[in-house]
Amino acid sequence: MRHHAIPGTPLFDGAAAQKGLPLNRMCFSFNSAANRDAFRRDEAAYCRKFGLTPEQREAVAERDVRKLIAAGGNIYYLAKLAGIFGLGVQDIGAQQTGMSVDAFKAKLEAAGR
Amino acid sequence: MARIIGGIGTTHVPSIGKAIADGKQNDPYWSPFFRGFDRVHQWLAREKPDVAVVFYNDHGLNFFLDKLPTFAVGAAGEYRNEDEGWGIPVSKSAAGDPDLSWHLINHLVGDGFDITICQDMLVDHAVTIPMALMWPGEGAWPVRIVPISINTVQHPLPSLARCLNLGRSVGRALDACDKDIKVVVVGTGGLSHQLDGERAGFINKEFDLLCMDELARNPDALTRYTIPQFIELAGAQGVEFLNWMAMRGALTGTVSEAHRNYHIPISNTAAATMVLENVPVAKAHACTGKGAHGEGGCSGNCIKNTIAEARKPEPVSS
Ligand SMILES: [Fe+2]
Repeated sequence: MRHHAIPGTPLFDGAAAQKGLPLNRMCFSFNSAANRDAFRRDEAAYCRKFGLTPEQREAVAERDVRKLIAAGGNIYYLAKLAGIFGLGVQDIGAQQTGMSVDAFKAKLEAAGR
Repeated sequence: MARIIGGIGTTHVPSIGKAIADGKQNDPYWSPFFRGFDRVHQWLAREKPDVAVVFYNDHGLNFFLDKLPTFAVGAAGEYRNEDEGWGIPVSKSAAGDPDLSWHLINHLVGDGFDITICQDMLVDHAVTIPMALMWPGEGAWPVRIVPISINTVQHPLPSLARCLNLGRSVGRALDACDKDIKVVVVGTGGLSHQLDGERAGFINKEFDLLCMDELARNPDALTRYTIPQFIELAGAQGVEFLNWMAMRGALTGTVSEAHRNYHIPISNTAAATMVLENVPVAKAHACTGKGAHGEGGCSGNCIKNTIAEARKPEPVSS
């Protein structure tokens, strides 16, 4: 249903929302510090508890943001997961664009000129 | 009579919360952004609003994707923030104004906006960071708030026209409110930015400047963009500008731009701050003496007012 595909730009639509519900639900749970700790203690068990699909479990294990989005992850929820790995929005921006973090930051700076 | 003194648009990037907590306002990275609030502080100190109506989007604190309202209006006496999971400090709470909330809710539903009513509502950084920017320092914030959330996360999103009209309905409700209060309307988020996909880091200065120009002068012109068109130009999360559209809609008088600051980048975002002043026009629907009017003016139920609203067609978009 993506009538207006925008290059390089995922739209979090109904298809993504349905697919991503278990993954996003897990990420939503990371609003709680106790849940973040439980994930850190046993990542695989925590993913199973939320019923993540094999594709989603693999994407989590690989810390691969593009795969997480392809598996239905919404970026605002994924940011809570990325935070557990110590990754900020520039880190995940760099990862998705295949740039170094410094190059990604330089790109942001350049947009202001 | 409630008086709408104006609107403020501001970015709400989470890392601003950290910068405030760490006292980095004068760091070279941050100061071009924070300095843009000096004029906002002067304006607020002069105007002294009693209430802020805040249009914002929740990023997964109060709402989850299991039940996600397109528009939701807070009706709580207090709005707390909580751990949002990405390491920004938990904010102090904001005081609510349940009477005004219910006035707006009654008007909005009567006006065809089938909003969700929230007597319990956590507010995330999209409310608390703008509050901390507008009223920095210790102690309670000097205004009560009515938070109104707009879904900018889960497509389909409401159109730019729909959000402008939501704001207009709020503005009419405020004009019809007989409380003796001064109201500032706030729209948070944006401007251009994109966090996800191969186009992550996308920023569009030219388009942001156009949006700010049009917002002040002729917001209806912006309704020509469909949501996908807008995202193509402003980035996937740049669509938070819907909150600014609603803010602008609520300014029912003569609007002029009093202040603007624009700086790239804060985090992954083009950071913008804007103050729009609103000078109320003399009541176009002056009392006929036949409606439900008190000494204080129109209650919003008079016949002329109703006709004027019914005649205002909603532009069709996307
Ligand atoms: Fe946001």
